[in-house]
Amino acid sequence: MSKELPAALAQNPDLDRWLCFDEHETLTLRTGKVELGQGIKTALAMICAEELDLDLSRIRVQSGDTEVCPNEFMTAGSMSVEGSGSAIRQVSAEARHYLMRLAADLLNAPFDELVIENGHVRHPSTNRSTTYWELMAGRRFDLQASGEISPKSADTHQLVGTRVQRIDLYAKFTGQPVFIQDQNFPRMVHGRILRPPGYLHTLQSLAADTIRAMPGVLSVLVDGSFAGVVAETEMQVIAARNKMQALANWSRNGLLPKPEDIHDFLTSHVSVSLPVVDGMPVEEPVPAIIQTEAAAVRLAATYTKPFHMHGAIGPSAAVAEWREGKLKLWSHSQGPMVVRGAIAQVLKMRPEDIHVMHVENAGCYGHNGADDAALDACMLAQSVPDRPVLLKWSREDEHAWEPYGPAMVLKLQADLDGNGNITAWNHDTYSNTHMGRPIPFGSVSNFIAAWHKAEPMPKPEARPGMALHGGMHRNSDPYYTLPRKRIIKHLVQEAPIRTSSTRGLGAYGNVFAIESFMDELAHTAGLDPVEFRLQHLQDQRAIDVVKTSMDAALKARRRNRADAKANDKRAAYGHGMAFARYKNSKCYVAVCVDLMVNTETSEIKLIHAVIAADAGQVIDPDGLSNQLEGGFIQSASWTLKEQVNFDENGITSRDWETYPILTFPEIPTVDVILLDHPEEPSLGSGEATQGPTSAAIANAVFDATGLRLRDIPFTPDKLVSAALKSR
Amino acid sequence: MAIKLIFPEHQFAMTDAHAGGLKELKFVVNGKSRAIRIDPGTPLLYILRNELGLCSPRYGCGSEQCGACKVIVDGKMGFACTLTAEELDGCDIRTLEGLAVDGSLHVLQQAFLAENAAQCGYCASGIIMTAALLLEENQAPSRSEIQQALVGNLCRCGAHNRIIQAIQRAAQELSIE
Repeated sequence: MSKELPAALAQNPDLDRWLCFDEHETLTLRTGKVELGQGIKTALAMICAEELDLDLSRIRVQSGDTEVCPNEFMTAGSMSVEGSGSAIRQVSAEARHYLMRLAADLLNAPFDELVIENGHVRHPSTNRSTTYWELMAGRRFDLQASGEISPKSADTHQLVGTRVQRIDLYAKFTGQPVFIQDQNFPRMVHGRILRPPGYLHTLQSLAADTIRAMPGVLSVLVDGSFAGVVAETEMQVIAARNKMQALANWSRNGLLPKPEDIHDFLTSHVSVSLPVVDGMPVEEPVPAIIQTEAAAVRLAATYTKPFHMHGAIGPSAAVAEWREGKLKLWSHSQGPMVVRGAIAQVLKMRPEDIHVMHVENAGCYGHNGADDAALDACMLAQSVPDRPVLLKWSREDEHAWEPYGPAMVLKLQADLDGNGNITAWNHDTYSNTHMGRPIPFGSVSNFIAAWHKAEPMPKPEARPGMALHGGMHRNSDPYYTLPRKRIIKHLVQEAPIRTSSTRGLGAYGNVFAIESFMDELAHTAGLDPVEFRLQHLQDQRAIDVVKTSMDAALKARRRNRADAKANDKRAAYGHGMAFARYKNSKCYVAVCVDLMVNTETSEIKLIHAVIAADAGQVIDPDGLSNQLEGGFIQSASWTLKEQVNFDENGITSRDWETYPILTFPEIPTVDVILLDHPEEPSLGSGEATQGPTSAAIANAVFDATGLRLRDIPFTPDKLVSAALKSR
Repeated sequence: MAIKLIFPEHQFAMTDAHAGGLKELKFVVNGKSRAIRIDPGTPLLYILRNELGLCSPRYGCGSEQCGACKVIVDGKMGFACTLTAEELDGCDIRTLEGLAVDGSLHVLQQAFLAENAAQCGYCASGIIMTAALLLEENQAPSRSEIQQALVGNLCRCGAHNRIIQAIQRAAQELSIE
C-alpha cells in the first residue's frame, strides 16, 4: 500500500531530480534548500547516506540551482529537515530498493540475501557483488517516487543521530573560494551601487559623464534614483563609486518619525486587527478585553522591542551575466526560485530565461540584502552584455538598506484565581510586517532597485499574514492550557522603516512578552515562576524540557557561583528561565540563564546558559546543538545590545560601532541538552531559542535586582531608569 | 540638498592622491617573495584577494571593526582592509592559506574541524589567524585570554563557544607535542 508522499517529493516526484550517481563512485544529492551556515547540507546528506548505506564522504550536495534542483521555494521557518529531509529519506529509500532489484537480477541472487556496504552490493553466499555505479552505468532512474517503499525504521539507524564532521567546513578552514565574493569567472568585471542617503531621498544629479571618464569604468547606470557603476577592476569600481558619492546631489522629501516615538506610532496608528485563534488569524471583529469577576490577581504589562538588524558579517553580493537576452545569476538568496520570478517581473523577462545558482555568503538567518543585491547585479549586468559582473555591497549598504526585524509592542493582561490558575488571558501584538520578501505579484515589488527606478514599481501594501503562526502572530498563542484567551494581531501597514523576516519572525517578541509576563504573574501572586508554568502545562514533553533545564542550571549555578560570588561585592546575581514550543508545533525549548548585574555600571554580564530541547528525532545532534546555541547567542545579542538607530533623515546605524553586537568576551558558557526521541518526527528547531532567550534574560535580571525590564535592548540606561521608576 | 554619507566603503579612494602612479612593491606572502606593481594606496585585502588569488581574508566592514580580514604582518595582527600597499613594502605576511605545511593542516585547522567550530564560516579565517598568533605568544591561554584575544573578531552565527573550545583543543595538542 502506498503512503502519502512528503510534500516536497509530491511536487518533485522524479528520482533524477534528487539523486545522480556520478562517475567517481560518488552521489550528487540535489535539494532546493540552501546552506545558510545552519549545516543543512550535512543533515540532508546524512539522511541520504543512511537510507542508501553510503559513507557520508561519497555524497556531494548541490543546492538551490533553479535548472537542476527540486523547487522547494524558500529556506525559511525551520522547515528544511522536516520538508526536504523527509523527501530525501523517501526518495533515497526508493532508489535503494530499485538498485537492490537490479542487483538481484544481475547477481542472480534473492533480494533478501543482498548486503549493501558503502554502495557495494554483495551476495554473501556466492560472493558475487556489484556497485550502485555499475548498476546505474551513467543511466538515469526515469522513475517517479511511489510511496510504496518504507524508509528504514529509526531504531536501525547507524549514521543518523550520531556526531559527524560537517561536510562543508574543510573548504572554509583552508581558505578555499566558497563564498559569493570569492567567485571568479573569465572576463569578470566589478560592480558597485550608490544608494540614496536615506529612504526619503531622491537623486537630483550625478555627473555621470565625469564618472564614465574615470579609468576602467565600463558603465554608469542611472535609472531614477538607482545608481550603479561597473569597472574592469575592483579598485577602479571603488574609486568610481566613491566619486559618484561625492558628486551626487539628493533631495529629501519628508521626515522619518522620531525613534523614541516608534512604539507610540505602532499602537496609535491605523491597523488591520485580527483575532488569532489556535495560532491562526481569523477575519472576525476584535472582541473586548477578557476579564473575570472576582479575580485574585489582575495584571497588565506592555513590552517592546526595537528594529533589529540581520547583520551578516559579509555584506550582500551577487554575480550576474547577461548574454543573448538571458541572465545567469549567482546569489545567496534564501529562495533562488522565488527571487528568479521576482527579478523576472522587474526586468520584464520570462522566469525561465533567468538561471539562478545558490552560492553561500555569511550567515544571518532571515531576509537580508541578498535578494536586493541579486537584482542590482542583474541590472548592472544588462549594461555590460557578455561580462559577468561581481556586485558587492559595502558594510554601509547592508546596514542602512537591509530590511530589519520590525519594532513591536506587546500588550498583555491576565487574571488569576485564588489558586494561582490563569482565568483570563489577553495578548495584543502591534507591528509592521514581518514578510517583506520579494515575491512576484501584480505591478508591485519588494526590491529597493524597483522602488528607485525612473518608472518605479511601488512597495506592495502590507497584508496580514493569515497562515498558522505565520508572521507577527507567530507564538502569540501561549503553549499553556488557558481556559479563556483573547489574542489579537495589529498589523500597522504604514511602515516608515523597511522591515521583513528576521529569525523567528514574531516569535521573538511574543515569547519575550509571554514568558516575562508569566514570571510577573507568578511573582505578583507569590508563586514560584517555574511551578506556575508547570501548573499550566499539560504536554509531558514540554514539562520534561523545563525540568531538565532547571536541574542542569542548578548544578551549573552551584559550580559557577562558588567561584564567582566571593570575589565581587558589586555584583548582583540572578537566574531566569523561559520556555516555548516553536510555532506551538515544532521544537520544545527551555532556556535557563545565570547572569550578574554590576551594581555600579548597571551592565549585565551573562555567566552561563542551559538550553534543553526536544526536537523529536535528531538527525545531526552536533548541528542541532550548534543551531540552538547560535540562536541563543544571537538572541542574547539582540536583547542586551541591539537597536537600529535613526533620525528624521535616515538610518544612523551604519557600521558595527553604531550597531554593536555581542563580542567574544561577553559570551557565556552554554550547555545544550538534547532530549532525543528517535521514534518521533523531527521538529524544526533553527529558530526555536530566539524567543525564550530574551525572556530568560529579563527574568534573571529581575531575580538579580528586583527590576523588570520590558523594553529591549537591556542597556545600562534601561536598568538605571527602571531603578529610578521603582523608587 | 546635498547630504554626505558617513562611512564610505574606503575613505582612501576619495582622495586623488592615489589616482595614478604605480609603484613596485616587494613583500613575502606565506613564505614566497612577491613583487607587484600597484597603486600604493591599495589596501592589502584587495592585493591578496585580487592580485594573489588568496581569498581567505574577507571583506566585512572596511574599518577594522569585524576582523574578517585579519592576517599576520611581521608577527603582528593586521587588518588587511586598512593596511595599504605602501605600508607593507618589505613585510612578511601570513594568511590562512599559509598555515598548512606540505599539505598537512595546522593544529588549529584540525581542531576547528574536530569541533565543527563554525556555522557559516565567513569569520573563520580572521579568527584562526588571530588564534595562531595567540598560540605563538601564549601556549596555554585561559578561556578569558582567548575571549580577549578575539575581542576584535565578530561572529554573527553564535559559534563563539565552539571556536573557543577549538583553540583550547589546539593548545592542548601543542602541549602534548
